[in-house]
Amino acid sequence: MAITVRIPTPLQRLTNGQGEVACEGKNVSDLLGDLDRRYPGVKERICDETGKLRRFVNVFVNEEDIRFLQGDQTAVKDGDEVSIIPAIAGG
Amino acid sequence: MSTMIGLKCRECGRVYPKEVVFVCEYCFSSVEVEYDYDAIRRALTREVIASRPKSLWRYRELLPIEGDPTVGLFSGFTPLIRANRLAKALGVDELYLKDDSVSHPTLSFKDRVVSVALTRAKELGFDTVACASTGNLAGSVSALGARSSLNRYIFIPADLEVGKVIGSLIYKPNLVAVEGTYDDVNRLCAEIGSKYNWAFVNINIRPYYAEGSKTYGYEIAEQLGWRIPRHIVVPCAGGSLITKIGKAFKEFKLLGLVDGDMPTLYAAQATGCAPIVNTIRERSEIVKPVKPNTIAKSLAIGNPADGYFATKAVLDSGGWADSVSDDEIVEAMKLLGETEGIFTETAGGVTLGVAKKLIEAGRIPRNESIVICITGNGLKTQEPILSRVGAPVKIKASLASFESTLGERLAGEKCRA
Repeated sequence: MAITVRIPTPLQRLTNGQGEVACEGKNVSDLLGDLDRRYPGVKERICDETGKLRRFVNVFVNEEDIRFLQGDQTAVKDGDEVSIIPAIAGG
Repeated sequence: MSTMIGLKCRECGRVYPKEVVFVCEYCFSSVEVEYDYDAIRRALTREVIASRPKSLWRYRELLPIEGDPTVGLFSGFTPLIRANRLAKALGVDELYLKDDSVSHPTLSFKDRVVSVALTRAKELGFDTVACASTGNLAGSVSALGARSSLNRYIFIPADLEVGKVIGSLIYKPNLVAVEGTYDDVNRLCAEIGSKYNWAFVNINIRPYYAEGSKTYGYEIAEQLGWRIPRHIVVPCAGGSLITKIGKAFKEFKLLGLVDGDMPTLYAAQATGCAPIVNTIRERSEIVKPVKPNTIAKSLAIGNPADGYFATKAVLDSGGWADSVSDDEIVEAMKLLGETEGIFTETAGGVTLGVAKKLIEAGRIPRNESIVICITGNGLKTQEPILSRVGAPVKIKASLASFESTLGERLAGEKCRA
């Protein structure tokens, strides 16, 4: 079993059209590294030159925004679901 | 004639065709519509605008559509009211209220953005529209979508005010109440939106949708006699409106429709959900999300997508920000009702409450023109004021009962009896 990562539409071109992929890692930072190994190019799209998540990218672990957890050091385990979602307008 | 050239990333400047593109594929920033301002300058004069029907479409060259407008032909052009009684209460000289609490058809400024979003969604060939909403957007998409024969999927937080739930259901949309906050609803909708080919007005249609808010600013300038006010206090939820009001004045100036200095913008939020206010006051670039807890549910967005741009718009204008407690919100709603006869929703209480605070703190000078943005109607958010506005005086249907019950009050009035 692995961790399910949900891929937003703008990045699905890099994941062969898949909306969900399986990855591994101990925390979010690890996980994004593994995602980039499997689908090269993903990380430079969601992180800036310094490796930090871009301003307009939100990452959720099991529906919780990682900024309320431990950021990219938030622990993840097999069976977790991670969503990468662009910021969305209000209403 | 279409004056829309295409879409452009607000962060890195990459350009995209004018299709269903809502975030930059490269940096995930939102994208914005680009216009041919030379063509607009030739077509749009004060006289041309003034000769058109009184709706938001009188500025159509500055809105992102290709054909004729088809939705919201009666929306916009709400009153700009000189508020002398409120000005006296606040101790200021020149005060105006831009009153979208009477917007047609659903009594909030959301009719502006939805008119544009649905016109564009139809142009792009969608038959189903959807939104994530704190209430006002839900009602507007439900109503304007009904008249446009569109299927509607509307997602709201489950704890919304009854007035806003009924105010959507009457138009018979598919209304889905999600357990959680607006931010949960928004995240869910982003995932639904990537699976279903619907026009989510505040997600994949957002670049077009957001432009509708500019008409609020255009109207302020036109209704002031083609003049820019000095200070504007704007409620913030996702942060789009305040950004677009700033853009409206910039565009009008660029086109030579107004001259003078840009207005100073002030952001208003509830203390129980003030991520944008916090960012502005810390002069930071990083918007920290919060878990909302406020009666101003229409502003309860803890993770504002345009928070960064809103912060920039306010600080670049030389403005500031503040927040008010739930109690101050209710007091401000009452003050507006008693002085100007306008019943605004909790968000309007936030805006007026913050304006009052900023004036008292000396942030907004008392002798310069001020516009307070009233963006929604109080009939939709009655719960928080139920126990705060008193009760009717009950009497029997007789003159004696009337006079004995109201004796003291009547003695105080200068009656002709």
